[in-house]
Amino acid sequence: MTETFLTINRVRIVVLLALAMAVPFVTYPVLGMTVLCFGLFACSFNLLLGYTGLLSFGHATFLGTAAYVTAHALKAWELPTLPSLALGAGAAALLGAVFGLIAIRRHGIYFAMVTLALAQMMFFVFLKAPFTGGEDGLQGVPRGSLFGLIDLSDDTTLYYVVLAIVVFGLWVIHRAIHSPFGEVLKAIRENEARVTSLGYDVARYKLLAFVLSAGLAGLAGATKVLVFKFATLADVHWHVSGEVVLMTLLGGVGTVIGPMLGAGVVVVLQNELADKVGSFVTIIIGVIFILCVLIFRRGIAGELNELRRRVLGDARSGSADGG
Amino acid sequence: MLKGSSIGLCVGALLSLGTAHAEITDGVVRIGVLNDQSGIYAGLSGPGSIWAAKKAVEDFQPEKHGLKVEVVAADHQNKPDIGSSIARKWIDVDKVDMIVDVPTSSVILAVNQVVQEKNKVMIVSGGGTADLTGTACTPNSIHWTYDTWALANATGKAVVKTGGDSWYFLTADYAFGQALERDTEAVVLKNGGKVLGKIRHPFPGTDFSSFLLQAQASKAKVIGLANAGGDTINAIKQAAEFGITQGGQNLAGLLVFISDVQALGLNAAQGLILTEAWYWDMTDENRKFAQAFTAANRGAFPTSAQAGVYSAVTHYLKTVATLKEDGDGAKVVAAMKATPTDDPLFGKGTIRADGRKIHPLYLFEVKKPSESKGPGDFYKLRATIPAEEAFRPLEDGGCPLVKK
Repeated sequence: MTETFLTINRVRIVVLLALAMAVPFVTYPVLGMTVLCFGLFACSFNLLLGYTGLLSFGHATFLGTAAYVTAHALKAWELPTLPSLALGAGAAALLGAVFGLIAIRRHGIYFAMVTLALAQMMFFVFLKAPFTGGEDGLQGVPRGSLFGLIDLSDDTTLYYVVLAIVVFGLWVIHRAIHSPFGEVLKAIRENEARVTSLGYDVARYKLLAFVLSAGLAGLAGATKVLVFKFATLADVHWHVSGEVVLMTLLGGVGTVIGPMLGAGVVVVLQNELADKVGSFVTIIIGVIFILCVLIFRRGIAGELNELRRRVLGDARSGSADGG
Repeated sequence: MLKGSSIGLCVGALLSLGTAHAEITDGVVRIGVLNDQSGIYAGLSGPGSIWAAKKAVEDFQPEKHGLKVEVVAADHQNKPDIGSSIARKWIDVDKVDMIVDVPTSSVILAVNQVVQEKNKVMIVSGGGTADLTGTACTPNSIHWTYDTWALANATGKAVVKTGGDSWYFLTADYAFGQALERDTEAVVLKNGGKVLGKIRHPFPGTDFSSFLLQAQASKAKVIGLANAGGDTINAIKQAAEFGITQGGQNLAGLLVFISDVQALGLNAAQGLILTEAWYWDMTDENRKFAQAFTAANRGAFPTSAQAGVYSAVTHYLKTVATLKEDGDGAKVVAAMKATPTDDPLFGKGTIRADGRKIHPLYLFEVKKPSESKGPGDFYKLRATIPAEEAFRPLEDGGCPLVKK
């Protein structure tokens, strides 16, 4: 039974990958890349909210910090593309460790507020730091090339590089969730006191999850710099921290691919509706969110999983753990 | 990088030579109004700018020139990534030839890159970053209505010359506010004024009372507000509550527009000094435009940025009609710079090599409620800054297009 499940899963992954590969042929590569970057960002956030039960309300900081560091490395230090990305993600992970050490001492709403407060502090740092260009942002960042061989200035080429980076990020998340480490995280989400009583160092697990999530959010932010060639204050603004919660809930909290779908919906609506309905974009997204929370509590991926479970009957119930 | 783009330009030039005759790409001249339609700049630009662009097209009567013109619009939500993606999609998929308005510095600079890369045209009216005609200038962009340097300079100079020779600055404590303060202070000192003090307030600020009381105690004739948006509005409202203007001091807003004054009301805004490039109640043509505008925009009066969109679209269409092509953005912009501008709202003017549109600026003082004769009668003219003195000297901007 597990085997059939695994093969189905594999088929699903191949189909999804094929769909993702086909995106530049059907739509605009930049839109595709934006969805992928925000998708990875939402998935990293979901690693905390969906699998560890921690609601971070300052995740934009990691996206933005990595974006600024990567942009600065590419533009001012003229480092190659891949090391710049790694530097950005590394900086975000480091910041995640600092945030984590302070925030995991508290639970629930206090945890969320501590992360928000820290994120606001970082916003002021970026507003004032001389290298960020204030509200103008760091503009005109070169994309560079891959190993000095593949020129990234072409949007379609870059799309596949971004896709590879995002698939790598998702693979890391998938591995983390399905490892013994991930099992402990899920146990913490369900009953923290019991995990402590079983002898696990809960604080260490939470911190690790936080750092991993921050690093992956950073990877998303660093990749986004390659796409847009700039890093601005919009990335570290608390709006983005709020948007990622929306994306995750909309797509399905606690599912691997759900946040990606949620990010897709939000980003596509923001971009595609901008020249059709003008100022109603924010209202439309708000209404969708309310509908989702009231009627589709599990989000898009969660509802799809539930539907599949019902169609396939009880025989396989239990094995289909969020996909 | 540079090599690549110059090769690209050569190839582009060869290709355009290859086609026997230049023409309007896909038969339609498409103008994209890209601005903020729901956030803080919606009043300054927003739907009013879309109306102004459409009005300019209508008044131009494209069919008489054998042109077909379409106006599209989008809300960039003040996010550079959304602005940048819309610009790319507009140019690549929807065949937009020119993007106009664009408030918000970070979005301007982001769209600026895209427009240069794709060799189209961007004309900024709603936004103010002086970098667009400085270090970030491109052969594809024009800055139409105002910029932060010009507003700071004009306000500083003209206020001192009309008697406001002692200043106290209330400055938003970040790069933008500090730059505004620095530029204005330099002009004030140069023109023989004094700066009695300055105080930095956190950004964004909500409670300005203690700062305003210090400014009041300084006895400076002019309190310069080196901040923007919500900060400026809050400071003006609170200053009215303290009766600062009644006490004989004037507030000088370095980045305030008629939409802000309309929102504040004359009671709160009276005595405020500000610089604008255009005001509706100055000529018959302006009044005619404003009448049509207010009727179509729920009683709002046109801002200088919206009038600038009208003026910019008019000049663009004239140039395209003469050139009979719209595909090569740099060529269109070069032709726009070579032709003097002349339109009903901004009158005669020129566009400099760095993309700066040149016209006079006006220093206004907001009327007392008792002086106002009716809706929209907000300003009295205090001074006119002639065109040649209004903007940053060409050689000071650091624009790479300007040959030294």
